[in-house]
Amino acid sequence: MKYLDEFSDPDLAAGLLEQIHASVTRPWALMEVCGGQTHSIIRHGIDQLLPDGIEMIHGPGCPVCVTPLETIDRALAIAAQPDVIFCSFGDMLRVPGSGRDLFTVRSEGGDVRVVYSPLDAVRLARENPDREVVFFGIGFETTAPANAMTVRQARRLGLRNFSLLVSHVLVPPAIAAIMEAPRCRVQAFLAAGHVCSVMGTGEYPPLAAKYRVPIVVTGFEPLDILEGVRQAVGQLEAGRHEVRNAYPRAVRDEGNPAAMAMLRDVFEVTDRTWRGIGMIPGSGWRLAERYREFDAEHRFAVGDVRTAESPLCRSGEVLQGLLKPDECAAFGTRCTPRNPLGATMVSSEGACAAYYAYRRLS
Amino acid sequence: MCLAVPGRVLSVVETDGTRMAEVDFGGVRKDVCLEYVPDATVGEYVIVHVGFAIQRLDEESAIRTLAGFARLGLLNEEFGERGTP
Ligand code: SF4
Repeated sequence: MKYLDEFSDPDLAAGLLEQIHASVTRPWALMEVCGGQTHSIIRHGIDQLLPDGIEMIHGPGCPVCVTPLETIDRALAIAAQPDVIFCSFGDMLRVPGSGRDLFTVRSEGGDVRVVYSPLDAVRLARENPDREVVFFGIGFETTAPANAMTVRQARRLGLRNFSLLVSHVLVPPAIAAIMEAPRCRVQAFLAAGHVCSVMGTGEYPPLAAKYRVPIVVTGFEPLDILEGVRQAVGQLEAGRHEVRNAYPRAVRDEGNPAAMAMLRDVFEVTDRTWRGIGMIPGSGWRLAERYREFDAEHRFAVGDVRTAESPLCRSGEVLQGLLKPDECAAFGTRCTPRNPLGATMVSSEGACAAYYAYRRLS
Repeated sequence: MCLAVPGRVLSVVETDGTRMAEVDFGGVRKDVCLEYVPDATVGEYVIVHVGFAIQRLDEESAIRTLAGFARLGLLNEEFGERGTP
């Protein structure tokens, strides 16, 4: 098995693979939800080590990839304003908006800064009282507690020059939307482990029951993924559809109560558009009314941006598992990580970028 | 941005009413907010995402994960100025 020697414990990996191969009697389609898992699967060739009938469908779990175009365009409009310091995680900078990206805004003189932690943005607001500091608050449930904390901090410090451009997305409603889609082929999910570190596993049993789909909470190291696949395939073969936690070292069933309390205080559920997929009801968070003063969309007049997606890009189908990245005509030719047409080529967690980076150019 | 990395708590301080820690990620040291894992103590391992501890982790799993990340170059990706020219 060609890639096995790259595993941290090749013997353990070989054992798990053997069990998977031995248990499979027919083809199954599994979706890994998290972009970190996609990255790991492609990097280690896990999909190629699995039995032929087992297909890994890459889910929409990359927050950079699914941030809607209109939000990117709003970010670009805010970042271009002269008194603004616009802060973001590094991988947002190359995500194409309708016309340009945050790098372009920076090269044109905009003050766009990469931060490691959202608290760095709060610090910048404190150090620059005469500037407006805006943080781009994207991410799944894993990232949201960090972003929520910035708002609490800003209020506690009495900052009037800090705001958050919020575009948080939630995993469970996305799982429901994927299962409701007419062309859905997904038969089991590897749920995103670190999302569950924060939120626990409580939201999943109703989904598993309603859609009769096994859901296995899975980490994103190669061995974690093999274990997730083993448990999911085991359930499929036995005709079961349960929620299992294959990542207990990082996930407690009750999640992280302190983080969940903060999220309930700072955010409220909203409908959210996912880039390439469209609107998913109840699939996002926005700032609660009582924190409105920290909402960048209210502070800056950017409500009426016009958006235009590249007509070549098929990332919507990629994000829903309907198309493999290398089946897109632009893949590796007009669209590369250096010159991405769609968001799934930008972030290293995006399926197109993962395919491009790891030998999938054949 | 989705990577969550285990690190060892080196020291805990209160900054502006917020519980912060210095955390060691296989040699790289960072300030980390401990508000969501408030009872983590010096010497323990926590899983850190964008500067916030989100859960604890046992030492053996943490060391194994860190070694794996280091081998794959993921720590540089996470803590280097990725995306900056
Ligand atoms: S290869 Fe590029 S153009 Fe094609 S779907 Fe992926 S991001 Fe879009």
